[in-house]
Amino acid sequence: MNIKTSIPELPKRSQREVSPDVPPRFTISKLNFYYGAKQALFDVSLEVATNHVTALIGPSGCGKSTFLRTLNRLQETLRHTRTEGEVLLDGQDIFTMDVVALRRRVGMVFQRPNPFPKSIYENVAYGLRINGWKGSLADAVEHSLRRAALWDEVKDQLHKSAYALSGGQQQRLCIARALAVDPEVLLLDEPCSALDPITTAKIEELLFQLKESCTIVIVTHNMQQAARTSDFTAFLLDGRLIEFNPTSQLFTTPADPRTEAYITGRFG
Amino acid sequence: MNLRVIWRKSLSIVMLSLTGACALLAVSLLLFILGYLAYHGGKDLSWNFFTKLPAPVGETGGGMANAIVGSAKLLLLASLFGVPVGFLGGVYLAEFGGRTFSFIVRYVTDLLNGVPSIVIGIFAYAVAVLPVHHFSTLAGGFALGVMMIPIAVRSTEEFLRGVPRSLREAAMALGASKWKTVATVVIPAAFRGILTGLLLDLARVAGETAPLLFTAFGNRFWSPGWNQPTASLPVMIYTYAIAPYDDWHRQAWAAGLVLLGLVLVANIGARLILVRGTSFQRT
Amino acid sequence: MERHFEHELDELKQRLLWMAGLAERAVHQSVQAVLDIDRSLAEAVLSEENTINEMQIEIDERVLRLLALQQPMAIDLRFILAVSRINSDLERIGDQAVNIAQSAMRILRHPQVKPYIDLPRMSELVEIMVRDSLNALVRNDQELARSVLTRDDQVDQFRDQMFRELLTYMMENSKLVFPAFELILVTKNLERIGDHATNIAEDVIYIVAGRDVRHAVPDRR
Repeated sequence: MNIKTSIPELPKRSQREVSPDVPPRFTISKLNFYYGAKQALFDVSLEVATNHVTALIGPSGCGKSTFLRTLNRLQETLRHTRTEGEVLLDGQDIFTMDVVALRRRVGMVFQRPNPFPKSIYENVAYGLRINGWKGSLADAVEHSLRRAALWDEVKDQLHKSAYALSGGQQQRLCIARALAVDPEVLLLDEPCSALDPITTAKIEELLFQLKESCTIVIVTHNMQQAARTSDFTAFLLDGRLIEFNPTSQLFTTPADPRTEAYITGRFG
Repeated sequence: MNLRVIWRKSLSIVMLSLTGACALLAVSLLLFILGYLAYHGGKDLSWNFFTKLPAPVGETGGGMANAIVGSAKLLLLASLFGVPVGFLGGVYLAEFGGRTFSFIVRYVTDLLNGVPSIVIGIFAYAVAVLPVHHFSTLAGGFALGVMMIPIAVRSTEEFLRGVPRSLREAAMALGASKWKTVATVVIPAAFRGILTGLLLDLARVAGETAPLLFTAFGNRFWSPGWNQPTASLPVMIYTYAIAPYDDWHRQAWAAGLVLLGLVLVANIGARLILVRGTSFQRT
Repeated sequence: MERHFEHELDELKQRLLWMAGLAERAVHQSVQAVLDIDRSLAEAVLSEENTINEMQIEIDERVLRLLALQQPMAIDLRFILAVSRINSDLERIGDQAVNIAQSAMRILRHPQVKPYIDLPRMSELVEIMVRDSLNALVRNDQELARSVLTRDDQVDQFRDQMFRELLTYMMENSKLVFPAFELILVTKNLERIGDHATNIAEDVIYIVAGRDVRHAVPDRR
């Protein structure tokens, strides 16, 4: 009889804990936003942890996309909008920063894939060109496409039109395009809502790899996606932040009854 | 089957036949014109027609070479003047204009489009002919250019507006300023459409006669340079058609055929450019 | 997405098996403590009780998180549910081992009731059942799991037989009442451990075949 008298060492936990020494990437304090006379965000305050995935969930019209687009000041391009409150990126006020410099550091991927009517290569190179990239363009393009897990699929057809790609490939192309300028933050506005489940799974897996080097903020109307992919989740309702907690906590024992009602599907 | 159903069905048949007949009529008119022109002018379309100058009055033979070259020069001038103004104006309206200013510009442009071509001709006469006391190709080109502007502005604006907002946002999110976005993304995306708009605009002014009557005037010989009056196809058609010579009538038919052919080619060409796919995906 | 989730499932399994190793060892050591009248072995078992209990809590937290965050389906879902149940059984096995160790401590001062013949046999049978049920889990082996189910009756027979025997000893000699009584408790604990091993085997069948064979017809062969 084989007796086990010694038990091998217990393997370490694989979940990365948030190090308290690393400062948050974004610090948002009392953010208010107005479309004309209508207020869309009310005193929203939270911190976005560096190199982790933060998800924003909530019913339609709760302000999560509005909030996201404030982070790279894209909301300003709409007429008659007003922003109040403070948003700091690594301690700097984004509203006094040069907006072009801000958008180089904070990239965005949109709900529907929106590649430019150019070749695959030119799409990825676009951000590099307009920001005056000095190094080798071809290398940078390859690096980005690899990061977006698209290189192997397109390396032989870089000069084909971007529209020849499938929807999922186009979205990954848009991710590569955003990553080309090496942003510190990547904002994703419901990136998978127009894609099929397999492609969605591929992109979710991609986020796991990306977050090692990039802070990610993702807006999603799909709670399960937020549960699967994020480290922290913020729940918004009617423009107000109801709860902001680590994902494992929010989805198992939410602190606020409204959060619980939403994630159990009792409303919204 | 009661009375109401019978009434409904017969009404439907009557309307269908009526509208169908009108549609047929519209199509057959074009075919009729084409056929008539081809029949009457086709025989006179010879090498001579395209290479020889008009014969002295009274003699037969000769061609319309100077009119063809003249029309070409006039259209070149019209494009040089009308295309940049129209294109850039359209860009401004679509991308940069404030609400009230854009509204005014658009409204005035539409008004300009409605001005009768002969009035434009008189205006060009006053501005480009009177001060120098002679007709010229330049004046003719200027008149045609003025006619090109409204449509160039509006069609450019329309095609630029047709570029989805998402493309602009994508460029801005990468750090492109407003004008860089317009120059490197929006205009290339709308390029095919704008090109077809300008092509059709050009084809339209190619056939304008009235403005040329007091500006380019006409010429039975070559018109070297840009400062002399010049012959043009539409004016030649006019002159020949009301003259008493049979030979000239035939040549007028031939010229009409050439002009119509030009317009058709431009239209079909424009369609082909557009059909090869829009430059961007319509979401 | 598969890669990250599969990694989490793997980690869960590793931790469960590690806890199982601890439980197995606790059973073995506690029985040896009785057979060899070894105080240090008994104390070793008592000191490890906390580790097993903490592991149970950690595994339950992981199960909750996986269910809430990953929406597992089919075999993954059955696996996670089964892990939750096996977790509970392993902790109870740990508890039974502690009980046996405590009985061992109490018997120490008393004379040995009789030469231990059946007790080692019974404990070996039970330990092999535990080992086999866990191996069945590792290898997803339905057949092995079923074989565990068949041995449960043998364990019950052992317990009944030893109960009668010890009862006889108790009636003949009043000095032996206390140790004999403790031995009866030990056999009861061993029989309970056998039941838990059976439960684990049933859970393995649930994972692999998707059939719930708990409380099924007596003839489960």
